[in-house]
Order: sequence, then C-alpha cells, then structure tokens
Amino acid sequence: MAEVVLLDFWGSPFGMRARIALAEKGVKYEYKEEHLLTGKKTPLLLETNPVHKKIPVLIHNGKPISESLVIVQYIEDAWSDTAPLLPADPYGRSQARFWADFVDKKIYDQGKKIWANKAGEVQEAGKKELMESLKLLEGELGEKPFFGGETIGYVDVALVPFYTWFYSFETIGNFSIEAECPKLIEWVKRCLERESVSKSLVDPEKVYVDLILVLKKMYGYE
Amino acid sequence: MAKEIKLLGTWASPFSHRIELALKLKGLQFHYLEEDLSNKSQLLLQSNPVHRKIPVLIHNGNPISESLVIMEYIDETWQHQNPLLPKDPYARAVARFWAKFIDEKVLWTAFKAYNDKGKEQEDAIEEFSQQLKFLEGELKGKEYFGGERFGFVDIAAFFILQFLTVLQEVKEAELMTEEKYPVLFEWMEKLQGNEVVAGCLPPREKHVAYVRARRAAAEEAASKTKAA
Repeated sequence: MAEVVLLDFWGSPFGMRARIALAEKGVKYEYKEEHLLTGKKTPLLLETNPVHKKIPVLIHNGKPISESLVIVQYIEDAWSDTAPLLPADPYGRSQARFWADFVDKKIYDQGKKIWANKAGEVQEAGKKELMESLKLLEGELGEKPFFGGETIGYVDVALVPFYTWFYSFETIGNFSIEAECPKLIEWVKRCLERESVSKSLVDPEKVYVDLILVLKKMYGYE
Repeated sequence: MAKEIKLLGTWASPFSHRIELALKLKGLQFHYLEEDLSNKSQLLLQSNPVHRKIPVLIHNGNPISESLVIMEYIDETWQHQNPLLPKDPYARAVARFWAKFIDEKVLWTAFKAYNDKGKEQEDAIEEFSQQLKFLEGELKGKEYFGGERFGFVDIAAFFILQFLTVLQEVKEAELMTEEKYPVLFEWMEKLQGNEVVAGCLPPREKHVAYVRARRAAAEEAASKTKAA
C-alpha cells in the first residue's frame, strides 16, 4: 500500500476537504474511489472505518483516520512544516474550529432539505436556513480575502467544497445563492484560483446530473 | 486574576461539566456564571450569538463556544499542566474522532433509545448498544481512553455517560448495565472516585429530579401538540 491513501467518493464535499488539505501540503497520495452509488462498500472501507463505514478515510502508513475535519486536522499536525491551515495563536485556532464546526452542523443537512424534497414546506425551510447560515459565514468572512486571512485556511477548506453542490440546491430549489450572498461567491472564485482547490473540486453540473439526480431516484426523493 | 476567565454554564449540563473539569485540571481560577436558559443573559447572547448555548468560556474578554473547541483552546493556552490531548498527531486524531463520535452519535441515539416509542425506539436501542460496544472496544485493555492518564476523550465521554445514567434512572430503563458493559462501568467508577472529577458533578438526587421534571414537561408538551 502507498504511504498515504485516501478512500473517497468523487462527489463528496467531505472527501474534497481532504483532497484540498493534502494538495496544500504537497503530499503525494493514492486516491482510491469508493463506488458508493453501487450500494457496495469495499472490505478496505469497512475495515478502516468500522464505526461509520463512510468516506473519506485517510490511511497514513497503514493507520486509518476518519471524519473529514479530523482528517484535515491530522494533515495539519502531521505535515506541520508547510502551508499551515490554522493560525498559530490559540484564540485564532478556536475561532477557526468553531466556524468549521458550524459548517459541519448546518450546511449538509440544510442543503439536503432542499435537494431531497419536492417543493413545499421542508424545502422552503431548507432554503431559508441555508441562506441564514451562508449569510452568517459571509459576515464572518468580512473584508478578508479568505476565512484564513491572506491565504486559505481551515474554514475555507471546510466550506468551499459545498460550492459544488450549490448548483443542485439552486436548480432543485429554484433560487439563487449568488443573488443573496455575492461576496461568498466572490470568495469561492478566489479559492478556485488556487490549484489545490481547482484540482480537488468537481464540476457542479456533474454533481447535479451524476450524483444528486441519481440519489433522488435511488432513494425515491422525488 | 479570577476575572480573566469566565465560564457561562448550567449546573445540570454535561457540556458545562466538561469545561469545569478542564479548567480545574489546569489549576485555573475562574469565575463561574450560572445561566438561566429560560432567561438568557445579555452576556451569553453577546458571547455566543450564533448558537446562544452554554458552555461559553470568556478569556480576557474573548469568547469561545462549543465544548470540544473550548477544551482544545484550554489545552493549547495552558500547556504545561495535565495535557488533555496527546502530542502525537495520530493519537490526537484518534482522540478527536472518539470525542466527535460521542457528541454527534452517542448522545442523540441515546435520547431516542430512552425517549422514543415503537420502531424508532427499537432501532435506536440497537444502534446505542452498538455504539457502547465500540466505546468498550476502544477502552478495553487501557486504564482510560487517554491511556495511563485520563484526557480529552475521558472528559468528553464521562459526563455524557454519567448524564445518560441519570436519564436511564428517570426512564426506569436498563440499556446501560454493568453486565453488558463491564469495561465502561469500571472506568466510570474510577472517574466517579476521583475527587476533582466528582467535584464537577451535581448531587445525583438533584440531577435525577431535574431530568425527571424536564422529561415530564417535554412529554406533556408533546401530547398537547398531538391532541391539538
């Protein structure tokens, strides 16, 4: 097995977080695709993440780490000499962790209310909640180029992958995220100028057609 | 200076207990402010405008929220006494993984296992049992989750599991027993016997009475909603 292996799924925002962090640190790794849409999980996945059975899983020298933000923090700790994702001072670090945790608590679930439902109460609630969360994040970004300040940091890595799902939310929910959060979309574009991000994120339209619509059919969310 | 560190908490919350213990382990003086969650203070609302929840730590006027985030902050700011997280990156990742597991899975599944009805409850009971088995597995062969000394995961887990024993008593259930989870129970007893840890727990009778009253109120509210 290669020294660094990432078990991942092409369309997962959580997996994208790990890809960006590894790229920022210049770490060479073997990418292994889990074909989640087949409904089958590989023995390697079940062995390395028996608790959650989910991707991403990072395997470093044979030792597995799960949970995307735990993985990103591990990457930060293990390759501490390059491109720090967290500031040096404890307070700055605590704020970064707080906001990354906020992204984890809100964005996926709120987005799911939109894509996994027909037009109606639940979808409307999802739209309202998602926009509130994104506005709060936009406020936290303020006038900084990135959440991390002058360069991308922990919160940028935590949030930017969800941009790949915005097109799906907007198309299914019939609304525009850019209209209400233009600064956030500007921030996304700045992030995409970095190779670590542009190479790690996938095409939003591909997410819509090959993932979200497929999931909707698979689970009967129509 | 005592006023440099403020902890906004509530006596019944396991999340609040975590921070009390972390601060005491670091030998820190702090000013504890009891919040009335039905009437939240201006200080709380200003310090945690996003979630409006306790615990909040305020250090030199700077607020930090979310108990696991606060614990890492305390560990990084006061490094020399009783480290909570290990130094090794992999061991740190393992600790963060289990703490997250407790917060994101165990607690919520346990609530459903104790409070729900019907199939949802059955499924939750099964899942909770599986989660406790994972925790037992992680603890087996060690003094504490943290190894020789208790640390981040022990603090995260202990107060939650302790709280769940209170809920279990209120619900007169037997999902967590010494027979089923001997390793977990032995570890809990060890921590209950530790003076500093025990000092962060409220009197059991008071805790049980409080949770009982809250459950009764919640069930009444739910049945009113159904009837309406």
